[in-house]
Amino acid sequence: MTIGKDPTVAPTIELGGAAVAKPGALPRPRMSSATETSAAVKLQRVSRLYGSFVALREVSLQLAPGSSVVIVGENGAGKSTLLKVVAGLHAPTYGEVTIFGESPRDLRGSVAYMSHATMLYDELTGMENLTYFAGLQNSSPQSMRSNHSSGSRKARLRDRAAQALSEVGLDPTNPRRVGEYSQGMRQRASLARVLLSEPDLLLLDEPFSNLDVGSAHSMIARLVAYLAQPSPRGLARTLLLTTHQTELARPLAQSTLTMNAGRLVSLQQTSPLEADGDTPAQREGVR
Amino acid sequence: MNYAQHVLTHLRKDLRLEWRTKDSINGMLFFALLVVVVLAMAFDPASYPDMTRQISGGLLWVALLFAAMTALNQSWARETNNSVLDAHRLLEAPASALFIGKALANFFFVTAVEIVLAPIFTVFYNLQPLGQAWKLLFILPLGTWALVVNGTFFAALSLRTRNRETLLPLVLLPISMPALLAMIQATTAVLTGQFEPTLWIKVLLAYVIVFTTACVLLFETVLSAD
Repeated sequence: MTIGKDPTVAPTIELGGAAVAKPGALPRPRMSSATETSAAVKLQRVSRLYGSFVALREVSLQLAPGSSVVIVGENGAGKSTLLKVVAGLHAPTYGEVTIFGESPRDLRGSVAYMSHATMLYDELTGMENLTYFAGLQNSSPQSMRSNHSSGSRKARLRDRAAQALSEVGLDPTNPRRVGEYSQGMRQRASLARVLLSEPDLLLLDEPFSNLDVGSAHSMIARLVAYLAQPSPRGLARTLLLTTHQTELARPLAQSTLTMNAGRLVSLQQTSPLEADGDTPAQREGVR
Repeated sequence: MNYAQHVLTHLRKDLRLEWRTKDSINGMLFFALLVVVVLAMAFDPASYPDMTRQISGGLLWVALLFAAMTALNQSWARETNNSVLDAHRLLEAPASALFIGKALANFFFVTAVEIVLAPIFTVFYNLQPLGQAWKLLFILPLGTWALVVNGTFFAALSLRTRNRETLLPLVLLPISMPALLAMIQATTAVLTGQFEPTLWIKVLLAYVIVFTTACVLLFETVLSAD
């Protein structure tokens, strides 16, 4: 797939994002012609094979910091594999992946990934899980530093965990273990875990599955608010999200990428893009 | 946040999980007691006190080794449930801290089993050490650590294999042979009083240092593997 580029270079989808936006009004992507600074996400002809099965086929993608992209596609299209490759959980079989100019595995802590599984311990409460993960961060997130400049480390971690749970609508004092949570509560606890480290790049795999509409909207509102703030490292936050519920994800979608059989097959951008100069003619490169 | 705090965070979590589920301790204790009781029934320890002293070191460590193996796979199963291990792969905290925390937790679990097993073993086999019994205070922790550090590492290594329960003993037993030899010989030396255990304790110590260092250095690679 090529978007208005020199055909001699690797086919690339580039999304350039503005830095910061108000909640509910995410920055609009623009088509950029060149790579200026370190892209938030850069995939160059990335393929991923599982045995003989090709999950990703020569995917090239470039997202500027601040981009917010929704990936759609049928089951088995390669969406989850793409996120795992970007997260560094799966190495590409061919091609190269860089996150903010570095290998994903060199950038741990700046990337958070939410999968179908909760990535939480069923035998611990939500509070215990979050306190545990907060304790494994090397540096305190911005909010933690500003809100709790004093006090014991344990108290700071507990406050941070309680805050993260409250922000997704969960009661930090709930004594139930995560294994006893409803599916919706598990999803929200999982979101609290990924937001805990205040990552620069947020990778969410089907975050709204199993959620009722009200809970999904709450989660979206939380994500919109999160993306609107710059990260502690001063970068505009970037989101890559897969879903089958495109209507639900619309407030988060600056752009929608469609995948099929391991390829990126189309790019749909929000209407204000055209006002920024991206005309249908510029999109004719999409083949 | 320093390295020790990361290790303690992992250790506390593993102890809390075990306290709630008791998956490892119950399995280990049952297995170890079964081995001790069945072997005690195979011959009459009271009638052959010298022979009993000669073989008790081996019996004890074999019982502990197999019991520990039942727990080692279990300890990593907690991390694979809900893909928690993937969350660890994305964390800033050093991977080796996770390994040491888990190895320490396994060490405490096996030690707890030893504390229960020791008096039962002594009674069933009518044991009275003829050597310097206080040296067991070095031999038991060193031997236990030698078992759990390798066991924890190879259990992690076999996580992504289909037959991990089968693979672990196949890999762990050969590589633990030098340690097993040292801990059995040292324990036998204390029980029989026929020779000095110091050399075997030194061998065990060297083994522990070498393998702990290797496991800590290599764990990042194991955790990052696809």
